[in-house]
Amino acid sequence: MTVLTVPTADAVPVGLSRRTRILRRLRRNPLAVVSFVVLALAAVAALLSPWLAPYAVEQTDFARTFAPPGTPGHLLGTDDLGRDVLSRIMLGARASLQVAILAVATSLVIGVPLGLAAGYFRAWDAVISRFTDLLLAFPFLIMAVGLAAIRGASLTNAAVAVGIAQIPGVIRVVRSDTLRLKSLDFVAAAVVDGASDLWVLARHILPNATSVILVQATVAIPAAILGEAVLSFLGLGIQPPDPSLGTMLATAQQFAARAPWAAVLPGVVIMGLALAFNVFGDALRDALDPKGDRR
Amino acid sequence: MARYLITRAWQSALTLLLSTVVVFFGVRALPGDPALALAGEDRSPEALEAIRHHYGLDQPLPLQFAQYVGRMAQGDFGESIRTGIPVSSMLTTALPVTAELAVLAILIAAALGVGAGVLAAVRRGHPAEWLANGLALIGLSVPHFWLGLLAILYLSVATGLFPASGFVPLLDDPVDNLHHLILPAVILGTGLAAIIMRQTRSAMLDSLSSDYVRTAKAKGLRPRAVITRHALRNSLIVVVTIVGLQLGGLISGAVVTEQIFGLPGFGKMTIDAVFQRDYPVIQAVVLLTATAYILINFLVDLLYSVIDPRIRVTGDPA
Repeated sequence: MTVLTVPTADAVPVGLSRRTRILRRLRRNPLAVVSFVVLALAAVAALLSPWLAPYAVEQTDFARTFAPPGTPGHLLGTDDLGRDVLSRIMLGARASLQVAILAVATSLVIGVPLGLAAGYFRAWDAVISRFTDLLLAFPFLIMAVGLAAIRGASLTNAAVAVGIAQIPGVIRVVRSDTLRLKSLDFVAAAVVDGASDLWVLARHILPNATSVILVQATVAIPAAILGEAVLSFLGLGIQPPDPSLGTMLATAQQFAARAPWAAVLPGVVIMGLALAFNVFGDALRDALDPKGDRR
Repeated sequence: MARYLITRAWQSALTLLLSTVVVFFGVRALPGDPALALAGEDRSPEALEAIRHHYGLDQPLPLQFAQYVGRMAQGDFGESIRTGIPVSSMLTTALPVTAELAVLAILIAAALGVGAGVLAAVRRGHPAEWLANGLALIGLSVPHFWLGLLAILYLSVATGLFPASGFVPLLDDPVDNLHHLILPAVILGTGLAAIIMRQTRSAMLDSLSSDYVRTAKAKGLRPRAVITRHALRNSLIVVVTIVGLQLGGLISGAVVTEQIFGLPGFGKMTIDAVFQRDYPVIQAVVLLTATAYILINFLVDLLYSVIDPRIRVTGDPA
């Protein structure tokens, strides 16, 4: 049997499972493949960084401060205390991913149930909408400022501030998808069949809303990475001497006249991570919904 | 229309009340005795007693809250612990700086974002589309404080084209004022531009394939006229929507940008207050941001119903 193939992203033979079709569409998109490889490498490097990093992050060497990149033994040079920049970038990227995952997990744990409830139960919608408005009224940096004033600055508080700021977005997409799914026949059939509200939500609506939740999480992660970097840069996030890409840039700003190169690399790494997630998120959205408009 | 406005007005009022409650209890959650925090250096028992009495900390909570709202509504945010200057007068000098920065950034973002979005939608499959899409993705992914840092290093310090920091009031010298603000405004505007670009592009793609654009083409209108007079009109609502939605991001961005460029605005005041544990200032900043966010979004909703009459009927700006 011959299978006709047309070179477009949508031309996947029908009859395959949804998951296989989505994976195929992703594999055929070169941008998706490249960004996935970048993310996989970054994840491995971050996980193994305590063992892969050539130096201990806090190991100082006052005889060799501000070594430029390319110095033998220090591929990316050293900082103001003679610490190895490559090692600190690796562990800083690890901290970025940690905060991002913690933040996005926080926003999902709170936002998904609220979004489901707002979309499914009419009576709850107004209350949850006011809660969303309330969260939105405190921009994430202002929230972080408040948290830092009450609880002090730390990695956890940075993740909490970023996570809380992302809750409204999660509620919004989950709510609108719940509204859509609720009107479909299979949900009505389950209700007629005597299924309880909780059962319908857990077995019928939540599994079908997974794809929008997944896309939302993929775009929330780069935002969280940028959020952590900003907070640490301002001194409201990860505290020295713990490595963070944001604090590295803050130090670089102080010593910009002596070591301008130090202001470049941590920023490139932050941008690379965020870009890879954003590109992959776009590709995932296209693969999940090939007919939808490509925003 | 009237019903929609009343609903929105009471929703905004309720959110405003709730956010005041949050800040009120947030202040009470500060570590230690609030009187101690408010007292700063002078911690004699008499001073603490006076502060407790002045702020009504010896009263029952509901009464305290009522007095608190009353004071805030009159613009009495207390005094800075560090300088003794009334917080309200600190705000009077800081807010115009931030407002000017934000307005400039929005103008730059709207010009760049709408331009690139239209280009990407009209020139589908053309290298221009790829360039515009790529730049938008980078705009979403780049840490803007880092761009600011690089701009200072390579455009201000190295070449001297722009001042690296500082501010000149608009009324003192408009040209010098713009010279100081243009770089921070561009940096702050690029992130917003990326978001506006993506939304404009997708709105343009929708309207370019719609019936009314086909009709306009069929009656022989020139392509340029179709794009500007018919398709582009809808992107106005996109910009208004995004500015409303991204206002929080814009405020956060302004705080960081001011910190980097040493602009004496609202953001710098905020960060300084955190590090000096200047609680009255922090409280005022948080409350004022929430109030501004709620009021501006209410105005954005009003603006919607002026731009797009359909919203008056459905009440849903989607």
